[in-house]
Amino acid sequence: MDFESLARHIRAALPEAVLEEHAEALSPWLLVRRESLPELALLLRDDPALAFNELMCLSGVHAPSAEGDRLWSVIHLFSQAHRHKLGLKVVLEAADPRCPSVARVWPTADWHEREAYDMVGIVYEGHPDLRRILCPDDWEGHPLRKDYAAPASYNGMPLD
Amino acid sequence: MPIERHEGGNILVTSAEWLVNEAIARSLWPMTFGLACCAIEMMAAGAGRYDIARFGSEVFRPTPRQADCMIVAGTVTMKMASRVKLLYEQMAEPKFVISMGSCSNCGGPYWQHGYHVLKGVDRIIPVDVYIPGCPPRPEALLEGMELLRDIIRGKKPRRGAAARTA
Repeated sequence: MDFESLARHIRAALPEAVLEEHAEALSPWLLVRRESLPELALLLRDDPALAFNELMCLSGVHAPSAEGDRLWSVIHLFSQAHRHKLGLKVVLEAADPRCPSVARVWPTADWHEREAYDMVGIVYEGHPDLRRILCPDDWEGHPLRKDYAAPASYNGMPLD
Repeated sequence: MPIERHEGGNILVTSAEWLVNEAIARSLWPMTFGLACCAIEMMAAGAGRYDIARFGSEVFRPTPRQADCMIVAGTVTMKMASRVKLLYEQMAEPKFVISMGSCSNCGGPYWQHGYHVLKGVDRIIPVDVYIPGCPPRPEALLEGMELLRDIIRGKKPRRGAAARTA
């Protein structure tokens, strides 16, 4: 299925879920309403016409702009049955970085969401085990935030 | 010549110090311990082509209690640094540290913007030999271990923090 048909199919099933369609991008993507993501994820995986059985990657992005201090949670999906791809993006305010977890829909997302949490601080609600994955457990801050300032020392070890 | 033949018999005489130092120098057992790409070169040094066994160091020990020499081969992240220190403290004396490659010497490419990298392993443990390179070739590691042997044999002094803790 091409991107237009995918978008039409998804809009027909869940009219509330999709806020914007971006077909012009190299990897076309849908802007998804945060609250609709769990429902949409199940539809994408379980609808035989969509059958997105593979989560290729999930990334966290800190993208502050004139519009506001925003975080993105970006998902790239692939269907091994239909060989089609789809990008999903959820835009969050940095002041309220809660995003529904898809780790129970695609287990691959488990560690990816932990990384996005660790690096940019998106809090995935419903994640089975949301701990830091790269930084030590007692690390402070989220290093890939644009406004991140490296600490002067960690556990008494200088970092200058 | 530290070894002398005793008059009129098949007996060799030497000092205990020379014997012990020679034994340590000829059987430097490193710890099985690699942190990044330098570890690949360290493994190459252990494999057939470079054959670290020629110098008595082929026995990479998986426990610090049996190791004489810690080769810090790679990037020491802040998360790993406390483990490195703990492993060093668990090693029995006499113990030696080789810092292999730019990352463990000084932070390497993570010097300026590496929020997560320790800028030199000598900030937490005393280092005997620094091997430059990114990563150093296996020959460089062998040369570094040769230098360490000279230190053990007393031909070269231990310096810096390594001398103070000895």
